[in-house]
Amino acid sequence: MAEDLVSTLADLKEKEALKIVEDRLSAGEEPLGILNDARKALEIVGKRFADSEYFIPDLVYSGEILKVITDMVKPKLTKEAELKRVGKVVMGTVAGDIHDIGKDIVVFMLDVNGFEVYDLGVDVPAQKFVERIKESGAPIVGLSGFLTLAFDSMKQTIEAIKAAGLRDKVKVMIGGGQITEEIRKYTGADAYGKDAMAGVSLAKKWAGAE
Amino acid sequence: MEKKWEEMSSDKKQEAMFEKWLSPPGIEFASPEAEKSYKQRVTRIKDAIQLKKLPDRVPIFLMVGFFPAFYAGITPEEAMYDYEKLYMAWKKFTLDFEPDAHIGSFAVPGKLFEILDYKLYAWPGHGVSPEHTYQCLEKEYVMADEYDALIQDPSNFFRSVYLPRIFGALDAFKMLPPLTDILEMPFTPLNLLSYGLPDVQAAYKALLEAGSEALKWIGYIGKLNTELTAAGFPNVIGGATKAPFDVISDTLRGSKGIMLDMYRQPDKLLQALEAITPLMIKMGVSGTKITGIPIVFIPLHKGADGFLSDEQFKTFYWPTLRKLLMGLIDEGCTPFCYAEGGYNTRLEIIKDLPKGKTIWAFDQTDMAKAKEILGDTACIGGNMPSALLSVGTPQEVKDYDKKLIDTAGKDGGYMMVNGAVIDEAKPENVHAMIDFTKEYGVYK
Repeated sequence: MAEDLVSTLADLKEKEALKIVEDRLSAGEEPLGILNDARKALEIVGKRFADSEYFIPDLVYSGEILKVITDMVKPKLTKEAELKRVGKVVMGTVAGDIHDIGKDIVVFMLDVNGFEVYDLGVDVPAQKFVERIKESGAPIVGLSGFLTLAFDSMKQTIEAIKAAGLRDKVKVMIGGGQITEEIRKYTGADAYGKDAMAGVSLAKKWAGAE
Repeated sequence: MEKKWEEMSSDKKQEAMFEKWLSPPGIEFASPEAEKSYKQRVTRIKDAIQLKKLPDRVPIFLMVGFFPAFYAGITPEEAMYDYEKLYMAWKKFTLDFEPDAHIGSFAVPGKLFEILDYKLYAWPGHGVSPEHTYQCLEKEYVMADEYDALIQDPSNFFRSVYLPRIFGALDAFKMLPPLTDILEMPFTPLNLLSYGLPDVQAAYKALLEAGSEALKWIGYIGKLNTELTAAGFPNVIGGATKAPFDVISDTLRGSKGIMLDMYRQPDKLLQALEAITPLMIKMGVSGTKITGIPIVFIPLHKGADGFLSDEQFKTFYWPTLRKLLMGLIDEGCTPFCYAEGGYNTRLEIIKDLPKGKTIWAFDQTDMAKAKEILGDTACIGGNMPSALLSVGTPQEVKDYDKKLIDTAGKDGGYMMVNGAVIDEAKPENVHAMIDFTKEYGVYK
């Protein structure tokens, strides 16, 4: 039974997956177990994405199905899920840039790989990154940007982190459509990720998870 | 007497369109040299496209967003609100850098969008700072259950449903009945009633004002085009259109919406793509008829590597894009696909096109592979990285330029173009890219 939901959801069979959830709920099963299975399925989706077996639409669709399942399960939930997290990451698209597709993929992949992600959204001012790093104590920061103007915003964000005395407490990775090693040097970031999987590898390395 | 347009082959139509571009009506060239340069430049581009004759050298032009503004020391906001400054900056850019062609201006009149209370984009002073460029606010502007309405009557859907959502000032258009209801004397008055309503009249007033603003702006853009042409620099973009899949994903359903539709209602999505394809062909062709320039700009977005699986690309993206390209080619136009992101996994698929009829400019595609696969089919270009132009050195730019010309530029069929639209870049790098191409890109 449990195996069913994991594989059905991982194979993106929405109707079948929802039917299984419904059946298990009406059989009086503990909702937390259902959520754990759904989570396992999304880990598989993440792995398939990393192996180029799945593409962006598959990630988006799996996230959408998970949302429906969560909505079904939530009213019956008695205790909060406790997830073992491997590390914390502060993520956002830098000031002046409102593109979110790339950032959302990295957030998704970090999440299914066990990271607690503080997603600050898009057009995030440098100071907001600084505040969230302080509050959360996250040792990893991800800066996303699609436009060429993001190069300067990334640089300014990293300078603001430095000015706040936090630069040696965090590792900073950058990513986005036009990001290269030259831009990494220009911005003063520790590393850049060519794609979402590279971002996950960097975060794992920095969190000592591998 | 030349043959009637409809009876001409697409080869003949292409020639006729290039002929028209070569001798722009109503232009008085600044000097015999300017005229000579103009014709050389157009011929260079034509030869690169057609793959029949080796061009004299690699053509070069830049896809610029607000780079001319930054270069001239004005902000994107100033460029969008002060048309005189816009005209000066864009003219200065082409005259100072002397590329083989220019692309007109992507700086649009800000006031027009203020008048209409535009929701689809953020622009300087309206959601982004004066120093930043405008950006699309992707959302679900069309809902998952609205495909039938769109498919049955796209124009009516746009006017009465879509436009009221993206223009706050046109909200009252929601009240308008379809134009096709205006039939026969007895039925007409009832179908005209809503045009008398104060809200509808206010919406039309806003639309008229926006139209006047567009006219004011085009006066400056027209002057820019005429003067640059007279100075010997052709505009390379005669019209623009979009891939049907991008129309639905970029600004109607949103990326997320269309991705879910591929799973939940693939047939409706395919029907909608088919329904808008002829409209997108007409849009591209009509631009070229007005400007007399045969090249139709098509920015490609959501078909890039990773955005869709191979299967999804072949099912949802390529069939209507190919129809669009063939429709344009049949009218003698030259589609100019600006493939943002990577297109490495798509090269074999897009090869299925007639020879010498399209331009494919790539962003992050392996150009040696692109040349190998598409070399006999299409003129390729692009790949000069924005990052390099922004933070690299002139020497690094030249090295990259050389590598591109040596691989992708071999035996013609190539244009030097930057891979993604640039806003901020170092002027010395842009100079290096242009000057080095002119020097090293000569075919012997």
